[in-house]
Formats: sequence, structure tokens, C-alpha cells
Amino acid sequence: MSCFLTEEQQMLKDLCAQIAREKILPVREELDESGEFPWEIVKVFAESDICGVYIPEEYGGFGGGAMEMCVATEELSRVCGGISLSFAATALGTYPILLFGSDEQKKKYLPPIAAGEKLAAFALTEANAGSDAGAIETTAVLDGDEYVINGTKQWITNGGEAETYTVVARTKKGVGIRGISCLIVEKDTPGFTFGKKENKMGIRASATRELIFQDCRVPKENLLGREGMGFMVAMKTFDHSRPGVAAQAVGIAQGALDEAVKYARHREQFGQPVASFQGLQFMLADMATQVEAARAIVHQAARIVDSGSKDLAKISAMAKLFASDVAMSVTTDAVQVLGGYGYMKEYPVEKMMRDAKITQIYEGTNQIQRAVIASQVIKESAAKEKRGE
Amino acid sequence: MRIVVLIKQVPDTTEVRMDRETNTLIREGVPSIINPFDMYALEEGLRMREAAGEGTVTVMSMGPPQVEDALREALSIGIDDAILLSDRAFAGSDTWSTSYTLAAGVRKLGDVDVILCGKQAIDGDTAQVGPGVARLLGIPQVAYVKAAALDGAECTVERMMEDGHDVLRVPLPALFTVVKDINEPRLPSLKGKMKAKKAEITVWGAADLDVDPAELGLDGSPTRVMKIFAPELKAGGVVFEGETEETVPKLVEELLPILRGEAQ
Repeated sequence: MSCFLTEEQQMLKDLCAQIAREKILPVREELDESGEFPWEIVKVFAESDICGVYIPEEYGGFGGGAMEMCVATEELSRVCGGISLSFAATALGTYPILLFGSDEQKKKYLPPIAAGEKLAAFALTEANAGSDAGAIETTAVLDGDEYVINGTKQWITNGGEAETYTVVARTKKGVGIRGISCLIVEKDTPGFTFGKKENKMGIRASATRELIFQDCRVPKENLLGREGMGFMVAMKTFDHSRPGVAAQAVGIAQGALDEAVKYARHREQFGQPVASFQGLQFMLADMATQVEAARAIVHQAARIVDSGSKDLAKISAMAKLFASDVAMSVTTDAVQVLGGYGYMKEYPVEKMMRDAKITQIYEGTNQIQRAVIASQVIKESAAKEKRGE
Repeated sequence: MRIVVLIKQVPDTTEVRMDRETNTLIREGVPSIINPFDMYALEEGLRMREAAGEGTVTVMSMGPPQVEDALREALSIGIDDAILLSDRAFAGSDTWSTSYTLAAGVRKLGDVDVILCGKQAIDGDTAQVGPGVARLLGIPQVAYVKAAALDGAECTVERMMEDGHDVLRVPLPALFTVVKDINEPRLPSLKGKMKAKKAEITVWGAADLDVDPAELGLDGSPTRVMKIFAPELKAGGVVFEGETEETVPKLVEELLPILRGEAQ
């Protein structure tokens, strides 16, 4: 169902569905196996004007927002949640610039991303700083007109492939999250190299890599916002990007549901299609209902983001939490519907199940999402009480 | 450089079912698409324009008003303009009068350097309209083209044959029908789709063309359909198993009476 999309959003959805069907489907299995980065597909995204759908027109984009990003991500993820991530993770790396960049920074960095000439990546996680993002150890020390960055980032999506990195580093010690800042670092900056490429369970066509900074000097103009704003940059970025992860999850779930229904209609046992058995029908009904509900919350989150509201943390976390749990449950059930075939690589549902898992983990584990939601709910209640409501 | 691509809107045959009673195609509810071979012709037109560094690619089709959808799809991949030949007088055209009408449309455009078509349409499969248009315009034509390279006032093409390919130098203007080996058609872009949606499509009727009304539509079509039927499915052949020394004489024994016309 795609009710309430504008004509332009519908056009975008149709185009992404066509790209997924004609370009991604033929290479999905091969890239999942090899783990090779999908540059050929990124080229198609660029030629089709997909890359800048969420970037304002004045910076070379299509002028859409979170809804456009979600619509595109869902359609692409329906066929492959790994390949679609080259696009979605670029959005994650771009949001810090979109939200906190100066006009100069936007003019310099956004047009090549919008045109699909460059990919972006967001670098926060470290070996000892995952859910506890405030514990990062990478440092950026101002030395004259330059920041000198030292440290190692881990599990960075699009790492090594992207040209533009938004990196979160500590500019002041001893003041906790208020000592964190966010900087733009370009690939090929001396002192900036890449470590090992991870061998992952799913989203294998996506590059996940270490970023290593050794006396890497970047001009101080590359600071996003002001010093000490880095933690807020990261949190606001997640508020905008989490609906995208949620859309990826809905896409993966929808893809698995489609496969399960198709299989159930054609597979015959006991002389009839297995879709005629109520045990299976009820599974398909629950799966379809969950996917529809997940899509609804994703669209709701995207609309709230696009409305310009500042209160995004709760709805974005809810969308990411709900949709990713749905993706895990629906893909697991899809494997069950296909039985032994579902477990084999000849059918795509085992891959979808592997791809779904990460959506419960990255951009904040679902436990962190619950913590975010609970803290907002409690704050809202306390505020009400204070106002005497 | 002016390039014209002639396309046809056809039912998506992957969705077509047969009416067992009447042995005709059930067209109701079947989505229409651009004839797949024509997509390669459109792509080749764009590539020729890009190689020349200038020029326009015009897409033209004859058919009812809904063919506009196919023309807009062509515009969405970067074709410059679209012309629809549409008139009640064109209804029921066979390949002869379709070629006649399209040739009149191309003539109205004035100087044209290259005309491209798909090798055939997937509904009729006749492969006659492209060559027919070239004949009526009095220009050279090469069918089954799998590679084309413009070179000034000439074009060097490779024509696919059953046993290899011919390389031909053809003076322009000329018409080429292309096979799918020639290129990989591009996808539309978002900007292209937006532009295509708003684009104005020129519609020419019989009165706009220099045509003899007697040559148009059903009346102008010499083809007469006597009967339409689905051929019976034949069971697949006879297999002779065993050593070659034994099976060949058996085969000859079976074949000889047939070849002599003594058996069915």
C-alpha cells in the first residue's frame, strides 16, 4: 500500500522498484557471496538521480526529505538490504552536514553526494564505545589552523568506499559528552587510512571497515557546528537517519513476505498448495499485518521529521525499534514457510533473515531505542505534571 | 544530427492469457509496455546523439491516445521530443498502412539522418514495418543491426546473420532495425520522469500528413485475417537409444518412407 504519497514520491518509488528489479536482483546473490562493493549499482543510483532525493535543490539534490529517503530505501531494500545500504549509509554520513554544516560546508560537500559522485559515511563507534557513545577515545586536538585526529573507528559502513566522512572525536578531556565534536574528513587526507574489512553475517554487499587516524590533520573549517556539539550532532543525526534504518527493515520484511506468499501458492504437499493450509495462512496473515504496521510507523516518523518538528527522538526510535523487530520476525517466519528450501541459498529468504538482524543492532541497538523512548515518555509525563495537567 | 526512433506500444506478453473459446489474446487488464526491442533502438538513438555531441532524438509512434504513456516513458530516459500519429482513420492498420503512415510522419519532420526501430514487435512479430518505412522513404535500410558507429555522412553497422555478421557502410539517411545485442538500455532518471510527465506531446492526425486516405487504416490494409488458431502442441520427437551402429540404420529405415512420401 502506498497511500498518501505525493505524485513525485510515487514516481520515486516506481523508479527505485525498477532499479531493484532490473539492476539489483541479477547481482544480489553474487555480491552477497563475494562481499564485493556494489559500485555498478551506485552508478545506476547516480544516473537515476536517486542519491540526492533528501538533499535540498540548492545543493544539487531533489529537494525531498525523510519521506523520500525512506521510500527509496524501502524499495531498494525489498530486493537487497545490503546493496541499498550504500545509499542509506551515505544519508547517515550526510545528515551531520545537512543539519549542522555552514553554507560553505554544504556548498562544498553536498553537491557531489547529491550527484552520486561521492558516498559519505558516519564514524562514531569505537572498540570501547558502542551504545555508550560518550566513551569515545578518538581525539581531535587544535594545533594552529588544523585539528590533529588520532584514534580508530570501528564498523564504519561505507568505510573505504566513501569520500566524505563525518567523524566524531573528543576535542576536550574530562568534560564527558560536552567535550565531543564532529568533523568532516576527506578520504586521502594524510594520516587517514583504513583497517580490516569485516566479514559479516548479513548485508554483505555493504562495506564495513575500520578507520585509522594517525596524526591526521584537517583544516579547522571542517568542524561541524561548534566544539563540544559533537554528541548532539550525533544524536540529531540519528533522529533523522533512524527512520531510514526502519525503512530498510520494512523493505527486507516486505521482500521476505513476497517470497513466502509466492512459494506457498506454488508449493504442493498432500496434493494441494501449502497456501491452502490454515496453519500457513495464519502465519502469512500475521506477517503481512506486521509489515503494514511497520510501514505505517515509518511513514509517520518520516512525516514528523519533514514537518520540521524538533521532537524527533521518540518517534524515530519507535520506528527503528518496531520495524527492525518486525523484519527479524517476518524473515524468520519466511524461512519457516519455505521449510528446507528456505534454509538453502537457492532461495533468497535465508539472506533476508541474515540481513534483517543488523537492523536490530546498528544505529543504536533496540535496547538503546527502548531507553530513548522510555526516557522521553517519562520526561513528557513529568513535564505534564509540572504544568499541572 | 536528427535521429528518429519509431516505437510500438504492445501488451506485456508475460501477462497475456489466451481466450480458449475464441483463440484470441485477452487484452483486458493487461498492462501495455514499449516493445522491448524498441528500448534498444531508443538507447541507440541516445548513444548516437551523445557520440555526435549534438542533435535531437525524436520518438514517434502510431496508435490510440494511450500510446502517450509509452512516449512519455521514452522521454523519461532522455529522448528530446515525442510525436504521436493518432487518428480514427489509422485504426486497423496492418504493416503496410502502418509503414505508410509512419513514413508520412517522418517525411513531415523534414531532414532526418537516422531512423531506428526494434527488429520486430513482440505482439505481431512481423519485422516488416521498419523496412517498409525505409522503402517508402526511398532510403537504405539494414535489419538486425548489432553495432553501429556514425562516421560523418555514413554509418558503419554490423548486421547479425545466422552464421556470423556482415559489416556494412551505409550512406545516411538510413534506417536500421536493431537487435538486443546492440546495447544495454538505460533506466529513466527522476528528473527525466518529472520532465516527461510535463512534456507536451505533438499529435498528428491524417489531416496533418500528406497521405492518400485510401491507404490508411483497415481500408488501406491489404492483409486479410482468415482464421486465428492456437497450433496444437506436438509431442517431442522419437529417440533412438543404443549404439550408433544400431540406431543409424533404424533411423534410416524410419526416415526413408517419409522422405519418399510413402508415409506421414
